[in-house]
Amino acid sequence: MLELKNISKEYNKRVILDHVNMTVEDGEIMCIVGESGAGKTTLLRCISGLERIDGGQILIDGKEFDPYSNQNNDSVIGVVFQEYQLFPHLKVLENITLAPIMVLKKKEAEARQEAMQLLEGLSLADKAKLYPYQLSGGQKQRVAIARAMAMKPRILCYDEPTSALDPGLRDTVKNIILDLKKSGMTQIVVTHDMDFAKQIADSILKVKPSRG
Amino acid sequence: MSYILEILPSLLEGAQLTLKIFLWTVVGSIPLGLIVGLGLTSHFVPLKAILKFYVWLMRGTPLLLQLIFVFYGLPLIGSGALTLQRYDAALFAFILNYTAYFAEIFRGGLQSIDHGQYESAKVLRLSYLQTVRKVITPQVLKIVLPSIGNEVINLVKDSSLVYVIGLGDLLRAGNVATSRDVTLVPLILVGVIYLLMTAVLTFILRKLEQHYSYWK
Repeated sequence: MLELKNISKEYNKRVILDHVNMTVEDGEIMCIVGESGAGKTTLLRCISGLERIDGGQILIDGKEFDPYSNQNNDSVIGVVFQEYQLFPHLKVLENITLAPIMVLKKKEAEARQEAMQLLEGLSLADKAKLYPYQLSGGQKQRVAIARAMAMKPRILCYDEPTSALDPGLRDTVKNIILDLKKSGMTQIVVTHDMDFAKQIADSILKVKPSRG
Repeated sequence: MSYILEILPSLLEGAQLTLKIFLWTVVGSIPLGLIVGLGLTSHFVPLKAILKFYVWLMRGTPLLLQLIFVFYGLPLIGSGALTLQRYDAALFAFILNYTAYFAEIFRGGLQSIDHGQYESAKVLRLSYLQTVRKVITPQVLKIVLPSIGNEVINLVKDSSLVYVIGLGDLLRAGNVATSRDVTLVPLILVGVIYLLMTAVLTFILRKLEQHYSYWK
C-alpha cells in the first residue's frame, strides 16, 4: 500500500501541490486526473523520485519512504513517460535488459529470457531486434512498459498514456493496464482524459490547481 | 625522380613524428574532452567556473604561444623542476589545447540530449556513471562526430607548429630540404603527404559516421 500524506511541492515559490493526500491499495489502479497545470505530472514525479517533496510523507506498507533517495531495488517505482524515452541507440531487447543487467546484476541470458517473455506478453516478440525509431508510437509505449516491468517494480506509473496515441489505440492501452492489474500490479495513471480514467480506475484523485 | 627518392626518407621520418604527435593527442584529448565536457554541464558551480576559465584560456591564446610557454616558459617558472623534453612539451601543449576544443564540442552534444533520457535512466535505477557510459555517451558520440572530425583534421596540420620548439616534423623536414637544395619539390611533396594523411582520416571518419547510422 502506498500512502501520501500532506504532500507539498513548490517551484520558484509557486505552490504546485498543496497538502495532497492519497492512498493506493496493492493491486489497484489509481487515476490522477485534472486539467493541465494542475500538478498531476508533478505529483507523479514526486512519487517516482524525480522530484524532492517539500513537505509531507510518503509511506509504503506503513513505512516511511523517500523515493528521491531510495536505493532499495525491492521498491522500484516504474515509470512509463509520456514521450516514452526509450534509448534510441539500443535495440528493443537491449532497452529492456539494460537495467536488469547493470542494476540487478542479472546474467545476460536470464535477462534476455525474461525480456522476451515480457515482449511476448505485449505481442512485440517480433520487434525485439528493431531500434526504437523503427516502431510506431503504440509499439514504443509497449516497449516502455516492458522496460519498466523488467525491474519488477512495486508500482507502475504512467504519465498521460493516451495523449500521444491514435484514438483507436486507447483500448489497447486500457487492456494492457487491466491485464497488468490481473497479475497484481499496482498502477498509477496520470491522465486528463476523464472517460479513460472512469474505464480503468478503482479510485480517482482529482487534482485542482492550487491558488498561491 | 631520383631526387624525390633521395629526400623521401627524411620527409617520412618527419611524417612519423607528425603522426606520433597527432595520434597521442587524439588518444589523450578526446577522452579528456568528454570528461571536461561533463564537468562543463555539471551543476557544481566552482568546478564549472574553473573549467570555463581553462577553456577560455586555451581557446583565447594561440597554440603557438602555448607551445613556446610550455617548453621555454615552464622551466623558468619552476626553476627547472618543470622542464619537459621537446617531444613531451609538444604533446603536453597539444593535449591541453585540444582537450579544451573537444570539451566545448562535447558540451554541445551533451546539452542536446533530452533531459528525459537521464530521467528514464534514473527511474530504472542506473547510477550516474552507468547512465553516462551506457545511455548518454553513445548518443553524444553520434552527434559530435562531424565536429570532432573537423578538429582532428585541423590537428594534423596544427602539428606542424612544433617546429618552433625545434622538433623535426614533416614540414620542417621539407623546409630544410628546400633551403638546402633550392627547389620547391620537397614542399610539394610535403603537401602531398599531408593530403594523403587527411584523406585517410576523412575516409576513417566517414566509416565511423556510417557505423553510427544504424539508429536515428
